[in-house]
Amino acid sequence: MSTKYNAIVIGAGHNALTSAAFLARAGMKTLVVEKNDYIGGATVSLETYRKDWKYSNCSYVASLLRPEVYRSLKLAKYGLQIVPYGGGATFSQNGDYIGRYVDPDISRREVARHSQRDAHATERFDRDVMRQARFIRQFLLRTPPDPTSFRPRDLLELLYTARAALDLGEDLIYDTMRFYTMSIADFLDEYFEHPLIKASHAGSGIIGSAMGVMSPGTAYVLLHHAMGDVDGSMGAWGFARGGMGAVAQAMHDCFIDLGGRVQIGQGVSRIIVKRGRAVGVALENGDEHYADVIVSGLTLPHTFLECMEASDLDAGFLDRVRHFKIRGSSGKLNIALDGPPRFTALPEGSELARGDLHFVDTMERLERAYDDWKAGTWSKDPYIDLLIPTMTDPSMAPPGKHFMSVFVQYVPPKVDGKDWTDAQVAAFGQNVVNRIEEYAPGFKDLILHMEVRTPRELENEIGLTSGNIFHGELTMDQLSFNRPLPGYAQYRGPVKGLYLCGSSTHPGGGVMAAPGANAAREILGDLRRINTVPEGWLDD
Amino acid sequence: MRTVHFDHRNHARDAAFPSPFHSRQAQHNRMKEWSRWSDYLSVPAYWCADMEYFAGRNACGVFDLTPMIKHRVSGPDALPYLNRLVTRDVAKIKPGRVGYSVWCNEQGRVLDDGTIFHFDEGDYRICSQERQIDWFLTSAQGFDVDVREETHDVAGLALQGPTSFAVLNALGLAGVETLTPFGLTTFDFAGASLTVSRTGFTGDLGYELWVDPDHAETLWDRLFEAGELHGIRAMGSQALDLLRIEAGFILAGIDFLPAWEAVRPSHTRSPFELGLGWLVNFDKGLFTGRRALLEEHERGSRYRLVKLDIAGNKPAKDAYVFGGDGKVIGTVTSAMWSPSAKASIALASVETPHGESGEELDVEIYYQRELKWHRVMARARVVDKAFWDPPRRRQTPPAKF
Ligand SMILES: Cc1cc2nc3c(=O)[nH]c(=O)nc-3n(C[C@H](O)[C@H](O)[C@H](O)COP(=O)(O)OP(=O)(O)OC[C@H]3O[C@@H](n4cnc5c(N)ncnc54)[C@H](O)[C@@H]3O)c2cc1C
Repeated sequence: MSTKYNAIVIGAGHNALTSAAFLARAGMKTLVVEKNDYIGGATVSLETYRKDWKYSNCSYVASLLRPEVYRSLKLAKYGLQIVPYGGGATFSQNGDYIGRYVDPDISRREVARHSQRDAHATERFDRDVMRQARFIRQFLLRTPPDPTSFRPRDLLELLYTARAALDLGEDLIYDTMRFYTMSIADFLDEYFEHPLIKASHAGSGIIGSAMGVMSPGTAYVLLHHAMGDVDGSMGAWGFARGGMGAVAQAMHDCFIDLGGRVQIGQGVSRIIVKRGRAVGVALENGDEHYADVIVSGLTLPHTFLECMEASDLDAGFLDRVRHFKIRGSSGKLNIALDGPPRFTALPEGSELARGDLHFVDTMERLERAYDDWKAGTWSKDPYIDLLIPTMTDPSMAPPGKHFMSVFVQYVPPKVDGKDWTDAQVAAFGQNVVNRIEEYAPGFKDLILHMEVRTPRELENEIGLTSGNIFHGELTMDQLSFNRPLPGYAQYRGPVKGLYLCGSSTHPGGGVMAAPGANAAREILGDLRRINTVPEGWLDD
Repeated sequence: MRTVHFDHRNHARDAAFPSPFHSRQAQHNRMKEWSRWSDYLSVPAYWCADMEYFAGRNACGVFDLTPMIKHRVSGPDALPYLNRLVTRDVAKIKPGRVGYSVWCNEQGRVLDDGTIFHFDEGDYRICSQERQIDWFLTSAQGFDVDVREETHDVAGLALQGPTSFAVLNALGLAGVETLTPFGLTTFDFAGASLTVSRTGFTGDLGYELWVDPDHAETLWDRLFEAGELHGIRAMGSQALDLLRIEAGFILAGIDFLPAWEAVRPSHTRSPFELGLGWLVNFDKGLFTGRRALLEEHERGSRYRLVKLDIAGNKPAKDAYVFGGDGKVIGTVTSAMWSPSAKASIALASVETPHGESGEELDVEIYYQRELKWHRVMARARVVDKAFWDPPRRRQTPPAKF
């Protein structure tokens, strides 16, 4: 069986769906092929435990999703609601915690409860992070320039970048250079004195990254988590009502409305190249589909090392793909609970239980957690980002019951250099459960069902190479015009007619939809079709 | 008693705390409306902002100052510390005196303004709108000085208006008549120590009274007793705002953005750009921001904060300011109809070279009449003097009227 399309998009992750929707809107006959029986990739909600129980199996909170895409694809009309949750707490071993409240005055007093000085320093910290966020946000919906090219559009884009940098003012240019290369530990040291307060900020510097809090480059990772917003409230996070899958579902429904076609349950086994041009895809079942352009939403290595013939690619290029930094470091527990757990440190009825919860009180503990990863095993004392979406979202579990999402850092792609065994996966999960139990006695008895995911599961199920949640490490050598590889930052592959639209491309991972939107804009430009991708909104 | 408590986990149940004067404020608060001012509940208007304003200009008004941020600076190096911290020469503020100043970051951008109370040799208090402790402690490195925030340990009332002296006199504060503007002294009061400064935010005769929170209610009660025949009134923050605009006083977060909070560094201001060049002393030795300010002094500033006397009778709230050629050259930061000057007045930040005294500018005013919006362009003249600056403000001993 063979059909001819204008575009074939590989993988039904949220970026691929975003790309596909913009292409379809430009009148292109577009097919999305997905290997799984469900769409969404890492933006998915499955009824893993029971029909009346939804998990956010991978990603679980939203903030980065570009509002321009949200609006342009009418995701609200297609049922998407993002509800901010606000707040959170970081628990210490001595039975106390530091809370983050929706109200800024209460939050400030909470910090002052531990250190009056840090409470004031928080203003400076927020300001400086906001400065960086404001700078970077203007580039999210833009294609990075090629700094070596003399094409007018690259020169103009370089000029735009230079102007934005100059706009920052002299001191901020220095700060920015430092910020992009510093460790989160060093960065926090410049603001705070109290270990618990530092630890409470440090988590965002390591989530999804195979680096430790003391590794240079982790300050940027914090920014990657702070540059989003919920309705203009910068740095805020929210839940997609009904689970993160609602994001992909809304994009999917929009795409279908625009005349698109999605085929699930059949993965692409090979991208077909003829006379130096990508012309189609061969599926696992032998079907072939042809199109003018092929757009891959898979990771960079997945696209080129697994779905293409070496003979179709330059050796030097392939070598660079092999060296793309993409190391798994995260795991996740999805848990169905019979009732709400009770965190002993929190006052009865505290709103903090609706926020993100963490269990770490020093930078040293975080670094030790990373040491375990380096030693080839999961962290015995891991960094945990725990949320109970059902405290806010009434639509994911039966009343009184709860879905708990436990993101865990660090979890290695292989254990002692060997593939994970089922027993090890179970032991990893149990270790995390035990940790939580220390802060919420009785929690274990509430567990009705638990799904444990290590990089092994993430790679097997979604195709995340090595289990890296961001489709590639977010470090300076792999950001902006170096993402995914120098010379390939403009969403075009090394073969004519082949494009990349997944998180391996600028501006990187997270449920953001920016890579997908940017790729679509490039493709439409190349095909001289009308651009359907919105421009970024500026903050000023 | 200290009324703000957040040293326990349950503090989050309260978004704001009562001031030590709360029980008394509540009795006067006919409007039953409360606003939040940093950690405290504050009263926007007790019964009518305009009437409270007139109390301040015609008799006297009492305003709860407790939420002002207060820091104590003491120790052998207190003076050199302060001189490095702020732009003016603190050596000139003798014991028993108060001085207004600003302090800047390394780039010479204003962090905040405030008043420095000099109690005794080596013992000072700084009163400001915004929190400062991180910066004050950072600045303390290398100095033998103790710096701590004491906001919640001191209750404060402003007593402002022409009869304020008469009230203090009736209160029996012997010798208060000798207090000159910016003078500071203490009295024994109901078994406590009451600090009185001839300071205020209204540009009129007025005092500020400071006492430990345990004696706050007593102070309020005795003050109102003493003031009964002198037209004393509780005054809310809306009235105070009107009084301070007439006096030409600037407010952090309204007329300038404290550099702490500025995500956009170009939105900050230097002391020169706020009309506070007179507070910058280049001869006293190094202070934070000196190099940048010296450079600016030589090169010229980018902005100027000006007082505008605006034609007509419409308040120019949030208005754009236009230069002669019709280009936008600035914005109004504070504006009102001044009942005392009988003029539409404003503070505005304009780009230099505009803003010379006497310059004629235009402001674009939007106003509404019965839900219909109108727009007028009005002439605005840059003026030097405060809109309200009566001689009684300085007279010592003050009159009793
Ligand atoms: C555990 C976890 C937690 C996370 N938490 C958050 C969070 O809370 N907030 C946030 O913003 N981000 C989070 N992230 C990151 C974010 O989810 C991802 O970066 C983002 O979803 C990636 O989207 P994508 O469209 O680029 O690719 P993916 O979602 O990875 O989509 C790729 C798609 O391709 C399909 N596929 C793979 N191989 C083939 C093939 N051969 N043929 C056809 N299809 C194929 C996959 O099944 C998948 O559907 C998390 C990620 C993980 C894994």
